[in-house]
Amino acid sequence: MLFRRRRALVCRQAVELMSDYVDGALAARDRARLEAHLAGCPHCTEYLAQIREVIAAAGRVEPDDLPPQALDDLVALYRRWSQG
Amino acid sequence: MGDDDVGLVERLRDGDEGAFRVLVERYQGQLLRLAASLVTSRAVAEEVVQETWLGVVRGIEGFEGRASVRTWLFRILVNRARSAGAREYRSIPLDLGHEPAVPPGRFSPKGTWASPPVTWTDDADERLTAKALAGRIGHLLHRLPDAQRQVFLLRDVEGLPATEVGDLLGVSDGNQRVLLHRARSSMRGMLEREMGRV
Repeated sequence: MLFRRRRALVCRQAVELMSDYVDGALAARDRARLEAHLAGCPHCTEYLAQIREVIAAAGRVEPDDLPPQALDDLVALYRRWSQG
Repeated sequence: MGDDDVGLVERLRDGDEGAFRVLVERYQGQLLRLAASLVTSRAVAEEVVQETWLGVVRGIEGFEGRASVRTWLFRILVNRARSAGAREYRSIPLDLGHEPAVPPGRFSPKGTWASPPVTWTDDADERLTAKALAGRIGHLLHRLPDAQRQVFLLRDVEGLPATEVGDLLGVSDGNQRVLLHRARSSMRGMLEREMGRV
């Protein structure tokens, strides 16, 4: 029991494991230690939720719109390239 | 042959200008965003993207259908960016050093939260929506350090798998994980600060 307590994670260590945890890249032992910590730590649970939100939202970041002139310029270049 | 990516590439091989136009409309924004993370200036990024399209049109890199068209375009672009010259290319360092995900001052001496994360909210919602967050992340992307931005962009924004990102950027699995972790942590921290709660 003493051994187990000594190996329990603190929050400062837990946040370093969140990204790999979300990606399923943690070793089984680290995953179990993190999940045990999360079960008793609402702050780290919130932190993990925010990391998940960052990832979900990143997948919705749209590139800047292409100005019509830029498209026309590239198509004009295409004509030159295909003739050259 | 339709407007799916492979069909467009086949039409482009036959000299179809319309197919080129559709491909540019579909991918120019993503290519420019990636190029801007790889080289030091917007002007060079635009040149790199233009050379990428030239490479596509001239068929210097043949598309064999083993990777997606998008990955193929990204690969041409990364090669063009590298050949833009060592001075311009933002290469990923081999030694990443140590950098905590959260500033040490946020924790007590025992390592528990002293200044815990605050729930993200705005006036309209209980929690910020993914759409609202996406807009903010788009604005904050350029503030990530170069190597973090490249990995975050390809993995979390573009959604490429780790193996493809490793190939594209020439970064080891271990370093890719470290950079992605730091990028996500940095982005979380920037959003927290932007909301004025910390």
